[in-house]
Amino acid sequence: MSAHDHAGHDHAHGGAAHGSLKGYLTGFFLSVILTAIPFWMVMTGAVDNKQATAIIIMAFAAVQIVVHMVFFLHMNPASEGGWSMLALIFTVILVVIVLSGSLWVMYHLNANMMPGLHEMREMP
Amino acid sequence: MASTAITAGAEPVFHLEEEHAHAEGGSTMLGFWLYLMSDCLIFAMLFAAYGVLGGNYAAGPAPKDLFDLGLVAVNTTMLLLSSITYGFAMLTMDKGRVAATQGWLAVTMLFGLAFLSIELYEFAHLIHEGATPQRSAFLSSFFTLVGTHGLHVTFGIVWMVTLMVQVARHGLIEANRRRLMCLSMFWHFLDVVWIGVFTFVYLMGMLR
Repeated sequence: MSAHDHAGHDHAHGGAAHGSLKGYLTGFFLSVILTAIPFWMVMTGAVDNKQATAIIIMAFAAVQIVVHMVFFLHMNPASEGGWSMLALIFTVILVVIVLSGSLWVMYHLNANMMPGLHEMREMP
Repeated sequence: MASTAITAGAEPVFHLEEEHAHAEGGSTMLGFWLYLMSDCLIFAMLFAAYGVLGGNYAAGPAPKDLFDLGLVAVNTTMLLLSSITYGFAMLTMDKGRVAATQGWLAVTMLFGLAFLSIELYEFAHLIHEGATPQRSAFLSSFFTLVGTHGLHVTFGIVWMVTLMVQVARHGLIEANRRRLMCLSMFWHFLDVVWIGVFTFVYLMGMLR
């Protein structure tokens, strides 16, 4: 094992980063803002276009998840010698495959398998 | 591999000499993080199921008829407040102040209980209106996804009570600090999942 690995290991053992009061408060205020804006947008219908609203609130959710990861879960590339970050990246890839794959396949299945009126009439 | 030479009078050595000692619980944080990632995959499955089935109302009620965004906003606030108070508990734990840590844990637990009560009230209201899990695929997947999250919060609260008893009996010893850090990750992780729930289920549901 190299000296570098040892250094990373010692860091993980010797009191993991718990964050500071400032970090927690920053995360909290960012989360409040990032939560309040999507709720306000949907409850008041501030943006007329539903598609645009959906995209904007999804972007807010993505940013808020990153905020929580950094300020509350104290994720950083160095924690646990990089293994937590690696596990996180792997999980994110799987989640993206599962979600986009399911939605994509099932959408097309619905579109192709639904017998239209025209086809129904030709059925014996 | 280094060969193992057994000489008279010396204990045989069966491990690599450069293998260093691991402190007890040194790998707990990483192991618990891996558990959280696998939990994340469970929620990904449930989100995928909701994404696929969420539009199948079976001529029953749609999100617009059922959801009360005001209630969801209050619920979200409760969970967010419980996240920051747990953060304060961790900060006081670092300073070794037992009473303050217990206090913040109790506050966190109250916010968690408030969240659960509101969710149960919402579920009872839905079921009373006839929007039961059996009504449509949309409602089945809705109750499974949101119910699984609620179940996680319930077990988080059970865990929190257990740790408060542990801290009361043994103080902030190394093992208890480690357990509190695991619960901290669990609790904040549930808040992350809730961001997905209120965005994809409630807010997007109202847009549909």
